[in-house]
Amino acid sequence: MNIHEYQAKEIFRKYNVPVPNGGVAFSAEEALSVAKSLDSNIFVVKAQIHAGGRGKAGGVKIAKNLDEVTLYANEILGKTLVTHQTGPAGKTVGRLLVEEGIDIAKELYMGIVLDRQTGQFVFMVSIEGGMEIEKVASEAPEKIIKEWIEPGIGLQAFQARKLAYALGLEGVQVREAVKFMFALWDAFNASDASLVEINPLVVTGSGDVMALDAKMNFDDNALYRHSDILEYRDLSEEEPSEVEASSYNLNYIKLDGNVGCMVNGAGLAMGTMDIIKLYGGEPANFLDVGGVANPDTVSNGFRIIMSDSNVKAVLINIFGGIVRCDRVAMGIILALEKVKVDVPIVVRLAGTNAEEGAKLLASSDIDFIVATSLAEAAEKVTAAIKE
Amino acid sequence: MILVNNDTKLVVQGITGSEGSFHTTQMLEYGTQVVAGVTPGKGGQKTEAGVPIFNTVQEAKNITQANTSVIFVPPPFAADAIMEAVDADLDLVICITEGIPTADMVKVHEYMAGKKTRMVGPNCPGVISPGAGKIGIMPGFIHQQGKVGVISRSGTLTYEAVHQLSSRGIGQSTCIGIGGDPIIGSNFIDLLDLFNRDEGTDAVVMIGEIGGTAEEEAAEWAQKNFTKPIVAFIAGTTAPPGRRMGHAGAIISGGKGTASDKIAALKAAGIAVSESPAGIGELMEEILNK
Repeated sequence: MNIHEYQAKEIFRKYNVPVPNGGVAFSAEEALSVAKSLDSNIFVVKAQIHAGGRGKAGGVKIAKNLDEVTLYANEILGKTLVTHQTGPAGKTVGRLLVEEGIDIAKELYMGIVLDRQTGQFVFMVSIEGGMEIEKVASEAPEKIIKEWIEPGIGLQAFQARKLAYALGLEGVQVREAVKFMFALWDAFNASDASLVEINPLVVTGSGDVMALDAKMNFDDNALYRHSDILEYRDLSEEEPSEVEASSYNLNYIKLDGNVGCMVNGAGLAMGTMDIIKLYGGEPANFLDVGGVANPDTVSNGFRIIMSDSNVKAVLINIFGGIVRCDRVAMGIILALEKVKVDVPIVVRLAGTNAEEGAKLLASSDIDFIVATSLAEAAEKVTAAIKE
Repeated sequence: MILVNNDTKLVVQGITGSEGSFHTTQMLEYGTQVVAGVTPGKGGQKTEAGVPIFNTVQEAKNITQANTSVIFVPPPFAADAIMEAVDADLDLVICITEGIPTADMVKVHEYMAGKKTRMVGPNCPGVISPGAGKIGIMPGFIHQQGKVGVISRSGTLTYEAVHQLSSRGIGQSTCIGIGGDPIIGSNFIDLLDLFNRDEGTDAVVMIGEIGGTAEEEAAEWAQKNFTKPIVAFIAGTTAPPGRRMGHAGAIISGGKGTASDKIAALKAAGIAVSESPAGIGELMEEILNK
């Protein structure tokens, strides 16, 4: 799960990770009152969307007085920002973060992620603050300094010192940075985060170490033990059809193509998308209906797929293992009594009772296109689109 | 065959839950030696099929000589269940449970270092050595005894590949679902190493997917060390970056973990890669007939 910058900063404050003073605003009036409450004469107005690259897209403005806060708040709120992370459609700004302006002496990078190779969390820093870290990683990987955290022991002071010195910090700043890192590790660890990124981390003119930006992602599998973080979920940042699918416990991701697909199992669902493309079509979605393809899950699946007006044909690919294909076929037939699907439907059933399933489909009133192999299914569904 | 054979004696952790009891029946029907179950608080009872239930894994091992465990325990308690099996010094623990928090698995990973027990999973269908035993949730009947090993990060996609093999008369030595999570017990290299030394295996099917760099590492290792042919497929060529494709570990992040990188690494290592998920069996047949 992703959250907004201002929410990540709320978590930071709770764990004593230094951040600029500021607050969230949903309107220009609120932005002004947040600015008035700050002891500052320069302000930053920042668009709050779940994507990076906001500055370049015009979503971050420096206001030199209160009038400019109102001006920029009006300008950014409601604006659609297109960044390298939003996709071409962009994201509409509904919230702002208004903060005090900070006197920046140095811009740095700090992050914590899971290292899948070692099975440990890794602390990363770089002096290349403010740049895209992916770029640094590919062009100058030696500029990213890492310390791995041993799970039983946690972050150690010597590791934090090594990172602080690697950032070129001196004197009292080292002590500040070490304190900062311990607080950040606490915030990460206590909230079951999967990623934290501070870009830039700044040293201020007066020598303080502070998180100017804050990005946090969370492990979905651990959210059951963090009801406070679940409250940060912003549904307006998510695709409505994906929100609906998640309410049915379906795993759906909307894509840009025109062949809808419904599959049991995540790997086979990806493989089905891939084979659609291989046969000249474009997948409209990823949809894993899980192990039990019963009438309810299938009809909900149809509803979600057909909510996408780009869909010109649907491919159902079910490998029956424990779930029997004749039951799945019944499920599909019953689902189509509830949901109207006016595009060609190609069904491929394999595994347990596949033949019985195919017979049920063939003898129903609905005009299914039945395929026996995965390749045949891909061929038939892409042909159906071209007709 | 590797991991599961005729000497495998299985204890089912979470045997009285709905998944655990259903699949215990299925495993028994396949002929797997299920010798014990564990559900804390239900020790002393028996399942309908007569499998004795114990309170702890250690007790189950002491009395039944179980050497392998399968875990059907819900996610919040699964990490603890894995560590209990490791503490009892079992040879192998196979964790089926999907949805275990990553931080829990980081701890499990640390706990297992230097211990005797091997883990497969979590978030996997399990391990089957056709004819000898099935441990997990895969449909037994699609498998055939034979000499091709299968290693896969997926569930139903593995069944698809096995189905393609069996329908061409190509049997399997052992099929392992290694799991779709970012932290797993056994990776491609661990199992390729076992297949390399297994006389009952002539070739291996390797099914990867987007996310992480396990396939790239396996490709490099296999080029130097693996002596048998490999046929690979990577799922997720059409997956968008930054999105989790069902499995917790299936995500392209920071430009890393793309299908094209993995396919390129495999090909560079001389491994045959099937472009289509429907072509895995056919490609293996070609290679075996060479």
